[in-house]
Order: sequence, then structure tokens, then C-alpha cells
Amino acid sequence: MINNINRKSASENNVESGSKNNVESGEVRIENVSRTYIDAHGSSVEALRDVSLTIKSGELVSLIGPSGCGKTTLMRLIAGLDHPQGGALYLDAEEIKTTHYERGFVFQQSNLFPWETVYNNIAAGLKARKVYKQKKHEIAEYITLTGLEGFEKSYPHQISGGMAQRASLARALINDPKVLLLDEPLGALDAFTRMDLQDKILELWTHRKTTMILVTHDVDEAVYLSDRIVIMTPRPGKIESIINVNLPRPRVRTDPEFLALRTEILEKLHLVSSRKDPEFFI
Amino acid sequence: MTEKYWKKSSRIWPVLTIAGFLAALISSLVIPAEQEKVDQTPYRIVLAVLTAVFLLRYVFGFFNEKLRTKVNHEAQLYLAVSFLILSWDLLTTKSNTLLLPFFPGPAQILQVMTEDYKTLVISTFYSMRLLVIGFTLGTVIGLSSGVLMGWFRQWSYWLFPALKILGVIPATAWIPIAMICFPSSFFAEIFLIILSVWFPVAYMTSSGIANTPKSYFEAARTLGGGQLFLIFKVAIPAAMPSVFTGIYTATGISFATLVVSEMIGAKAGLGWYINWAKGWSNYAKVYASIIIMAVVFSIVMAAIFGIRDRILIWQKGLLQ
Repeated sequence: MINNINRKSASENNVESGSKNNVESGEVRIENVSRTYIDAHGSSVEALRDVSLTIKSGELVSLIGPSGCGKTTLMRLIAGLDHPQGGALYLDAEEIKTTHYERGFVFQQSNLFPWETVYNNIAAGLKARKVYKQKKHEIAEYITLTGLEGFEKSYPHQISGGMAQRASLARALINDPKVLLLDEPLGALDAFTRMDLQDKILELWTHRKTTMILVTHDVDEAVYLSDRIVIMTPRPGKIESIINVNLPRPRVRTDPEFLALRTEILEKLHLVSSRKDPEFFI
Repeated sequence: MTEKYWKKSSRIWPVLTIAGFLAALISSLVIPAEQEKVDQTPYRIVLAVLTAVFLLRYVFGFFNEKLRTKVNHEAQLYLAVSFLILSWDLLTTKSNTLLLPFFPGPAQILQVMTEDYKTLVISTFYSMRLLVIGFTLGTVIGLSSGVLMGWFRQWSYWLFPALKILGVIPATAWIPIAMICFPSSFFAEIFLIILSVWFPVAYMTSSGIANTPKSYFEAARTLGGGQLFLIFKVAIPAAMPSVFTGIYTATGISFATLVVSEMIGAKAGLGWYINWAKGWSNYAKVYASIIIMAVVFSIVMAAIFGIRDRILIWQKGLLQ
């Protein structure tokens, strides 16, 4: 189904079978969530006002919108790194109160620990939840899965941004999260690396059916990857509209339907954005 | 950026270096000594050994390019050293120009070193024992109190003011009090070294932890890390560059504290040796002790840098 799976080894299948339970769980419910910040100048910024959204188990949803629309805030709330002032968030039946390895996070800057090698960064996920001894045999599988062979002993400053994001993905995935939160993970990469990693994310998602929520500035990326695209508006941050992407995968970026959908989203975004400088990649 | 080595393909300088040391040796053998009591044998042996070493380095350099580059690079420096030794010898042992007993010649210093080597070895051993114990304990205490202050608000609230006040007082100011509070001068000196090491290490550890980018903690939390993971796997490693700045500062201060406290309160050690030799107006022994300090403390410093480079290997790219 996906045309660029180069290494589909037996070990990879083991990793997949280990995550079977994710098919049944991993639904994120956001109910009437509000969050207001006090910014550096002392004025309050309404990052989110009364936002409700349900992300189904195994769904790949993109959040898109201009700066200040609250998409990163929403991600941080789902991760448990921040708390809502009104409303509540749930993963399956459980209310989200704090961070948990079931909700993995991939940051815009890879955010790898610079003092650990790639191998130990990936191992950090296991060490953090104290299962390193039982599960350390899995590290090699995740290194293969993300195409990091030969970089195990490198330190983060020695590898490229794309490689760092692969390691960051592996670090989050080794914990077998129910939800993977991707906060503009490819934003800092060049176009070719970005397209390459989009396919990698899609490949991982297809095999594991982990719920994925992706924040992006790249309309093309959103259409290429998502089941649904959530368009958000700023001041106060709220959901403007939700677009279903019913194109079959693998999607072709030059397909007329793909282009039509992209144009539709861009038009919606230009309506909501008052900025003059271009913020979206076409 | 400057190159690491210069004069890589030099031909004349390494030969001149050998000639320089040979000249110092010959002048010691040929020119009659003005200070007749000085036994010049140890000095001559050292010069002969040095000449041989430089000769061997030069010869082996023909077969090893790396060594040759290094030898050529250092040639001018060592030539200057040989001149310095030669003129020092001429101004002292040979001509008695410099005032005795305050400025003895190299031959005289090497003579007392060989004559009094037992006391010097024991003194060095005592000093190193104090330094190693005091420095290790001081670093451990500094590191742990720094982590507590950097991590827990309560610890910072109570301990940090104490650190700020006590930290600025030179540890040596406590010598009179330490001498009566502790059962022996050994424990008093250990305490003083701990005190001098504690302040910079604790201060830099706590500020290193406080300055750790929040994003690393957030990454660790989303991986499921608890408080212990955040402290030991994120805060402490992230603070390590800062910790080593503290340790580096502490090294210099601890040398000073060690020597001064030995001079004032102790009955052993290199600092005591200096004071004792001064009492006898035997300045050659003072210089002997100073030379040993230079060697030993350099080794300690190199060891600390070695440990730092191992622990901070992940930072190498950032430093370049």
C-alpha cells in the first residue's frame, strides 16, 4: 500500500504486533476547553476559548492555523504539560491531568538530550518508565524502524535535523503510546527531508494505527497525511472548520483532487488570517 | 583559526634545542663553580638526561611524522628553556651574581632535592592525601547541596543565603577556628579544603540546574519520567558543563587553601616544608617544594581536565 517501505523485517513485525491494543483505544476527547495566558507585556491572551473536538482512535488529525490560534496550546494540554482553565480533556475514559508516556510528544526542535547518544536517547523512553531491563532488546528494532542504523553512538549535535527527528520519533514510539502528538515536527527541515519523513510518519501510522495529532504550517503536509484537518482561528483560539480528507492513500501531490482540497484550505486560511506576510508553504 | 602546530617542517630548531641543552651541560662541566660547596652531579645528570631525551625525540621523529611535527613545534620553546637554565646556572653557581641564600642555582636546588628526597616524598604524599580526600568530599557535598538547591525551593530558600555569605569568605580565614574545633590538624585541613571546594561547586551546580532549558524536562515528562528521572537523567547531566566550571574554579582555590593551611597549622606536607625550610633560611628547599607543587598540581589539573573531557564528550562539537 505504501510505496516506500524498504525495510520490512521480521523484527519490525514484532514491534507492530506489540501495539495491537492501540487499535481499540486512543480516543482523545476535548470538551469545552479554555486557556488564557498572561504574555510578556502583562496583557492576557486567550489562547483557547471553548474548544471541543473528538479524535477517534487510530485517526491522523492535523491542526492548522495562523500563529496564536492555540494549536500548540492544545497539544500541550493533551500532553498534560499544561492545564485548562475551563473544560476537560480525556484519553479514552480517563481525564488527562498530567503527563503520561501513553501520550508521546515529538517537538519541533528534536529536543533530544544532547548528553546522550542516539541509542541512549531512544533508551531514555524505557528508562523513564523503568522498563529498560525488560525491553532494551526493542531499542535495536526501533533504530531499524526509523532508519537510524549506524548512528547509534552519535551524539545529537553530530547528526542532521532529519536524523534527529527520526530519533525523536523512535524515542516517543518505543513507549508504545496510545496517542502520538507531533508539534510541527518537520517545520525546521528542508523540503526533501520533510517529504521523506512524511512518508516515514505515514508508514509508522499505517502499521501501528496509533492515534496521531499533527500541528503543521504546511497545507500540503496536512492534506498528504491527514484523515481530518482542523482549521483554527486566533484571538481567541477556536476551531473554524474541520475538513475530511477522503482521498485514498498513497496520495499524489499533483492529483487534481489533492490540489483542489489544498486550494480550499488555503482559501479558508487566508480568510482567517489577517497577516500580510505569507505564513503557509504552498 | 590558528593551526595547532607551526614550523612543521623545521630543520634547524630541533637541532638547536639539543645543542642548547648540550651547551648547558658543557658549561656546567667546563666553567669552574664560584659556589664551591654545591654538588653539581644531580644537575649534570638531569641535563644529560634532557639532552638524551631531545636527541631521541629528534631521531625517532624521522620515522614518525606525528612525533616530528610535535618536536618541531616545541623546538623553539625548549630552546628558550635551555637558555634560561644555562643563564640561571651562570648567574648563580658559576658567578655568584644573584643574592644568596634567596636565589640559589638550579644545581643547588637539585642537590637538596636528592639529599632530602625522603622528606619531600613524604610531604608530597601528605599533601596529596589531604587534597584528594578534601577535594573529593568537597565536590560530592557541593554537587549534592547544589542539586538540592537547584531542584527544591525550600533547600534553596534556607541554604542559598548561607552559601552566599559563607562562600565569599576565604576558607583560610577559618584556620584559627578550625584548629581548635577539630581533634587534629589533619581534620581541620580537610574541613578547610572541603569548605573551599564546596562553594564554587555548589553554586555552579545549582545555577546549572536552574538554567537547564525547560524543554528537556518537558520531553522527559512526556516520556513518563518521574522526579528521580528528571533529577538524575536530565537536571544533573544538563548542569555538568556548569559543574565543571565550578570544579575548575575550586581546584585553584583548593591548592591555595591546602598550602596556606599547611604552612600555618600542619606538621607535614609541602606547605609545611616551605615554612620549615624558610625557618632554616634554606631557600633551595623552598624552591624544591615549589617545583614539586608545580608538577603535582599540574598532574591534578590534567586529571580533572581528562575527567571533564570524558564526561562532556557530548559537548565537544559545541566547544569547537
